[in-house]
Amino acid sequence: MSEQETKTSHTDPHALRKLILELSGVDIGKCIQCGKCTAGCVVANETDWTPNQVMQLIRLNDMETLLGSSMFWYCTSCQTCTVRCPVGIDIAKVMNTMRLLVLDKQVDPAETDVATVNKVFMRSLKAHGRVFELGLVMNKNFRTGHPFQDASMGPAMFSKGKIGLKPHNIKGRQRIKSIIRNAGRFLKRD
Amino acid sequence: MTESSQDPNITLYTYSEVEEVKGYVGNFEVTIRKKARSVDLDTCTGCGDCIQKCPKRVTSEFDMGLGRRKAVYIPYGQAVPNVPVIDKDTCLFYTKGKCRMCEEACGPQAIRLGQEDELITEKVGAIVVATGFDQWDWTKYGEYGGGEIENVITGLHMERMLESTGPTAGHVVRPSDGKEAETVVFIQCAGSRDPERGVSYCSRVCCMYTAKHALMLKEHQPNSQAYVFYIDVRAPGKNYEEFYQKAQRDHGAIYVRGRPSKLFERGDKVVVRGVDTLTGKTLEIEADLVVLATALVPSKGSMELAKKLNIPHDEYGFFSEVHPKLQPVDSVTKGIFLTGACQFPRDIPDTVAMSGAAAAGVCAVFSQDNLTIEPRIAEVDEDRCSSCFNCVDVCPFGAIEIATRGDRKVAHVQKSLCAGCGNCASACRVRAIDVDGFRDHQIYAQIRGAFEWGERP
Ligand SMILES: Cc1cc2nc3c(=O)[nH]c(=O)nc-3n(C[C@H](O)[C@H](O)[C@H](O)COP(=O)(O)OP(=O)(O)OC[C@H]3O[C@@H](n4cnc5c(N)ncnc54)[C@H](O)[C@@H]3O)c2cc1C
Ligand code: SF4
Ligand code: SF4
Repeated sequence: MSEQETKTSHTDPHALRKLILELSGVDIGKCIQCGKCTAGCVVANETDWTPNQVMQLIRLNDMETLLGSSMFWYCTSCQTCTVRCPVGIDIAKVMNTMRLLVLDKQVDPAETDVATVNKVFMRSLKAHGRVFELGLVMNKNFRTGHPFQDASMGPAMFSKGKIGLKPHNIKGRQRIKSIIRNAGRFLKRD
Repeated sequence: MTESSQDPNITLYTYSEVEEVKGYVGNFEVTIRKKARSVDLDTCTGCGDCIQKCPKRVTSEFDMGLGRRKAVYIPYGQAVPNVPVIDKDTCLFYTKGKCRMCEEACGPQAIRLGQEDELITEKVGAIVVATGFDQWDWTKYGEYGGGEIENVITGLHMERMLESTGPTAGHVVRPSDGKEAETVVFIQCAGSRDPERGVSYCSRVCCMYTAKHALMLKEHQPNSQAYVFYIDVRAPGKNYEEFYQKAQRDHGAIYVRGRPSKLFERGDKVVVRGVDTLTGKTLEIEADLVVLATALVPSKGSMELAKKLNIPHDEYGFFSEVHPKLQPVDSVTKGIFLTGACQFPRDIPDTVAMSGAAAAGVCAVFSQDNLTIEPRIAEVDEDRCSSCFNCVDVCPFGAIEIATRGDRKVAHVQKSLCAGCGNCASACRVRAIDVDGFRDHQIYAQIRGAFEWGERP
């Protein structure tokens, strides 16, 4: 938890709420703090702040605490929160927006490994139009400093055809790439 | 108000108080103290010349001390009747024996300096009590400044400030310097839900009026920012939840869950030290103005009034109804009805609805030639009565009178007042009183019956 903050009239108390709205189109102003998002969240027990607390931190304009939170790195984007929210807040989208914000602001992510997985996953997708599993695992293992993590599972997966040595490029991979690029732009604009 | 003052069937006694109530349903005799207004109601034209000439300025109670008035004044714009009154506590004539400026200024010579209170008796068939509420004395909260911080005010002050014809013409300002307030912190449940130092109940109207204040503040002053500290928001009513959501979502009021622990001054700001219990984060807000949603308590003097009317009240002084669900506007004394916030904090829609019910209750009494009452009534065996009149003292409803029978005095029960409680029957030393249907031999028969049960064929 960051230092106690003093709210003065010099800062826009809604800056964060507005920023999230601008980046994602989601207004957390509707949140009634019922807690249903957290109650259904599969990872909320593991995180420092829960989904409803993330909503409240946005309301309290507490950027510093939020950027350092692990919540949105653990978020699996399962969308349970989003479909069950009684006032229609797309919480999962807010989580995603928070991830982008952290990367954008070049703050150290609370969960560096998860952030790395995110990055190499997207890179693999852009390069091949689909995930190249072996490349993804190796890339991630090197970047996170655990080169042999999960290596023992390799032969079994290989023999069952779950992973291959060579990447398979799909036909429309250029189009996948541009979808990803456009989505990035769209998120920032809309 | 104006409409009722013009109705030929309504006599309004303003600036008056009930002094004594005698009698019973259909036959009450009420003594009313008509306080000396020092201005003659019939002669005064309401021109206001006296007010203009009066040299004595004091703070206005109606404007919660935010505005000023003269010693001769009309309390507020829509006051009925629109005739000034002279405040004896501050008027120079009453306090120092000189001045008389108003008298000189008054063209039609309506000023009556030295006028005395008048006692009037009225015969009425029923009484509706609607004495409303007062604010809890929040200065007991030392941690909120105990009344020493000028920019800590109450919801009623805020009401006056938001009023376009009020003392600040609709501007929300800091009382300390009259500057427009930007950051305004509202603290709910100030005294409510605090059995330790305030009252244990929820005052029921403050969540909604705070939402109203936050919303209006933004409309009047778009640069302002409202923070609302709450324990939980209680918005049960038609469109209430939606209204509160609107204040939060569209008017940007930031709701923080938790009761602040301390208010103190820093420069020209009031620092609010609180916590957001949803995240556990403590926070400080530098506010221009802090508005306390103080608890609603019965109006001053309600306990004394209860004695005069012979109606029961709870520990706080709220008048008690016979049954909260089935007889919500009846007092236990027949012919006396209750409505509004004198029973318990309630908002205007509820007050209006209950007033309608009370009026219907009165009509029900007046529409019958004979009154149907419960058969459970005390009866005195006058031959047995030893004239000790213990019963007169113990009857909570004042239903026992002393009657003369030849050269003897005996107790006599006024049937329409008796509630059949049986206090008198147990207090009577010579067993001269019994309650119909609950006479000793009837109760013994019941007990006997209860034990014989099962042995019967
Ligand atoms: C700050 C604030 C804002 C509010 N805003 C709203 C709102 O927006 N909407 C809403 O629905 N409700 C609101 N309320 C609640 C509303 O004020 C009450 O519901 C309403 O006033 C109750 O009406 P009443 O007639 O019972 O009592 P009152 O309005 O208190 O009237 C009682 C009257 O009896 C007089 N009186 C008292 N004792 C005696 C006596 N012994 N002899 C003669 N006269 C006596 C008093 O002088 C007073 O005129 C608000 C309350 C507060 C405190
Ligand atoms: S489910 Fe929706 S309304 Fe409820 S706490 Fe989560 S975001 Fe807020
Ligand atoms: S109405 Fe709201 S602010 Fe008022 S006492 Fe109840 S909960 Fe507290």
